[in-house]
Amino acid sequence: MSEPKTEIIETDLLVIGGGTGGPMAAIKAKEANPKLRVVLMEKANVKRSGAISMGMDGLNNAVVPGYATPEQYVKEITVANDGIVNQKAVMAYATGSFPMIQYLDKLGVKFEKDGSGEYNMRKVHHMGTYVLPMPEGHNVKKVLYRQLRRLQVAVTNRYMATRLLKGADGRIAGAVGVNTRTSEFLVVKAKAVILACGAAGRLGLPASGYMFGTYENAANCGDGYAMAYHAGAELANLECYQINPLIKDYNGPSCAYVTGPFGGFTANNKGDRFIECDYWSGQMMLEFWRELQSGNGPVYLKMDHLAEETISEIETILHTNERPSRGRFHERRGNDYRKQPVEMHISEIGFCSGHSASGVAVDEFARTTVPGLYAVGDMASVPHNYMLGAFVNGGIAGADAAEYCANVDLAAHDEGHLAAEKERVLAPTRREDGLTPHEMEFKTRRLVNDYLEPPKVTAKMRIGQRRFAEIRDDLSALCARDPHELLRALEMQTILDCADMAAAASLYRTESRWGFYHLRVDHPETNDDEWFCHTALYKDENGQMAHAKRAVDPYIVPVEADEMAAYHQLRVKTPAAAE
Amino acid sequence: MPIITHAKSAAVVIDDAKCIAEKGCTVCVDVCPLDILAIDEGRQKAFMKYDECWYCMPCEADCPTGAVKVNIPYLLR
Ligand SMILES: Cc1cc2nc3c(=O)[nH]c(=O)nc-3n(C[C@H](O)[C@H](O)[C@H](O)COP(=O)(O)OP(=O)(O)OC[C@H]3O[C@@H](n4cnc5c(N)ncnc54)[C@H](O)[C@@H]3O)c2cc1C
Ligand code: SF4
Ligand code: SF4
Repeated sequence: MSEPKTEIIETDLLVIGGGTGGPMAAIKAKEANPKLRVVLMEKANVKRSGAISMGMDGLNNAVVPGYATPEQYVKEITVANDGIVNQKAVMAYATGSFPMIQYLDKLGVKFEKDGSGEYNMRKVHHMGTYVLPMPEGHNVKKVLYRQLRRLQVAVTNRYMATRLLKGADGRIAGAVGVNTRTSEFLVVKAKAVILACGAAGRLGLPASGYMFGTYENAANCGDGYAMAYHAGAELANLECYQINPLIKDYNGPSCAYVTGPFGGFTANNKGDRFIECDYWSGQMMLEFWRELQSGNGPVYLKMDHLAEETISEIETILHTNERPSRGRFHERRGNDYRKQPVEMHISEIGFCSGHSASGVAVDEFARTTVPGLYAVGDMASVPHNYMLGAFVNGGIAGADAAEYCANVDLAAHDEGHLAAEKERVLAPTRREDGLTPHEMEFKTRRLVNDYLEPPKVTAKMRIGQRRFAEIRDDLSALCARDPHELLRALEMQTILDCADMAAAASLYRTESRWGFYHLRVDHPETNDDEWFCHTALYKDENGQMAHAKRAVDPYIVPVEADEMAAYHQLRVKTPAAAE
Repeated sequence: MPIITHAKSAAVVIDDAKCIAEKGCTVCVDVCPLDILAIDEGRQKAFMKYDECWYCMPCEADCPTGAVKVNIPYLLR
């Protein structure tokens, strides 16, 4: 490959990731200040990128007046996360939730309403009612795209951001992007950067062995976590993994949130309910895992007891929206919701605050610990944020960053860092032969499964760390023969960074917490005396991975001790007969 | 070590008779989040170039002529 060109552009705000939270951040920054120059950098194409590429089945966490108050929501999320939350950030989401639904509604996103035009809310969580179905939720990306055009946000598709740039004073100065089809560099100098790169969805290897058969959109390989880490930002509670109950092999949602309100439920091989609540939490996953261990598996999503009209309605939702290939998968297998339950399993591990609680540490304004750097959506530390959280926090970050940009000038980036980054990026292209990105990624992720999956065993995680270090040595043989392979080679390095972070974070917290997500065999008890805190993981001055405890801020919504245990009693007392 | 190639089956299938890439269409290539589709320079038809599919289906949904069919990759079918 000949030496790729470098283009340098200047803007006020750079948003990285054009999936869900990113576009909303750009939109709200522009609405706050139409004169602000905003660039949105996306690895794929903003039209169809990210988790909501094909739409969404519903809002999983809508705080709608008449059904729940922001205080009730903050309490539920605090309890579901064993108390380790930044309540101010959860409250900022909860109060922004309803205005965001109204805003999306006005833009043309369709939510389910009843005869009198009221939102048709459903109960899935353990305590409150927060699910708002979107049976016609296919057009979310179109609506966002229209608004980006209207507000003249500059979009650069097919550029993968690889590293953030900083000024001498530690402020953010922009980012480096690489074109995924030409390997040309785009250096964006910016006063503020909002990271919205989604989950780390290619951390573990799916049981099928198909590397891209992940729960998350497979473009989301964890670049945001790696970039934040290398820029010196703190990451919170990474040991609180994402692990989901999914359709076996297909590895996508089955989906209990849609079917639950219609009467579908998670059952064991006797057709019995064994958990009281299908809302995804570490405790729910623990019960799921125990059921599999007990010999009562497989675990199923059971719908065969439902009436024909109900089943056809469920099929229409599940097979046309969000993950429409679900229908195609079932058809080939001869699976019919009317006749047999859907076999489920436990997914590989990942990082994702959308469904769990880890991520780049942010406050209630979505600010990270690096001045001028924001993080939103699945990669930021606000727990159980889902799609609406990505929108709300994206909006919060966009508005806050617009104001920040008005008061600062552009920081000058370090030319040495930029040159070093270009060299790192291009290194795999300088070799004629060696190891391929695929095999290095496959091996990293296979080792993640072997050594990092819960139940977490100290001795195994240490072996994992040694094996990851060997793979790191092998990077000197990583070879990319064209721009596409270079994209995968860069992603593979991100995945290795995330694997190291997952191991280090899991070893640091010497207790068990969040049910299955951080179940440590050598430290089986929850130890509130020593570990009722956030853990921070960061790169120290010597470039080493370091850890610290960070206090949980005093609650703004008090939670009584007996309420705090609500999610610990998810197992059905005596299994009820299937109804 | 030298690099060898390894055959894979393409789960995403394009109906050449329907594909109008020769008229300049690149819609499926543009929308794919994993960037795994391409236009064959010689035949001027779209094809699955890399076995890295998330079976998400924008390629199929957005193709103006209905030429794309996304099958579930064999390993998880
Ligand atoms: C299958 C599935 C079903 C779901 N169902 C529901 C549901 O029913 N209800 C609900 O509320 N939530 C649901 N969620 C969760 C919800 O979709 C996510 O929480 C939310 O969309 C995350 O938004 P985000 O902006 O953080 O990430 P995304 O929307 O995934 O966007 C991340 C973007 O960053 C881009 N990117 C990644 N790396 C880089 C890089 N290096 N440079 C440039 N760009 C980059 C990606 O291409 C992508 O476009 C579901 C998620 C999945 C995966
Ligand atoms: S979108 Fe359809 S017509 Fe266009 S290039 Fe792709 S397959 Fe061909
Ligand atoms: S299904 Fe998705 S990942 Fe596969 S080719 Fe089509 S757009 Fe690309």
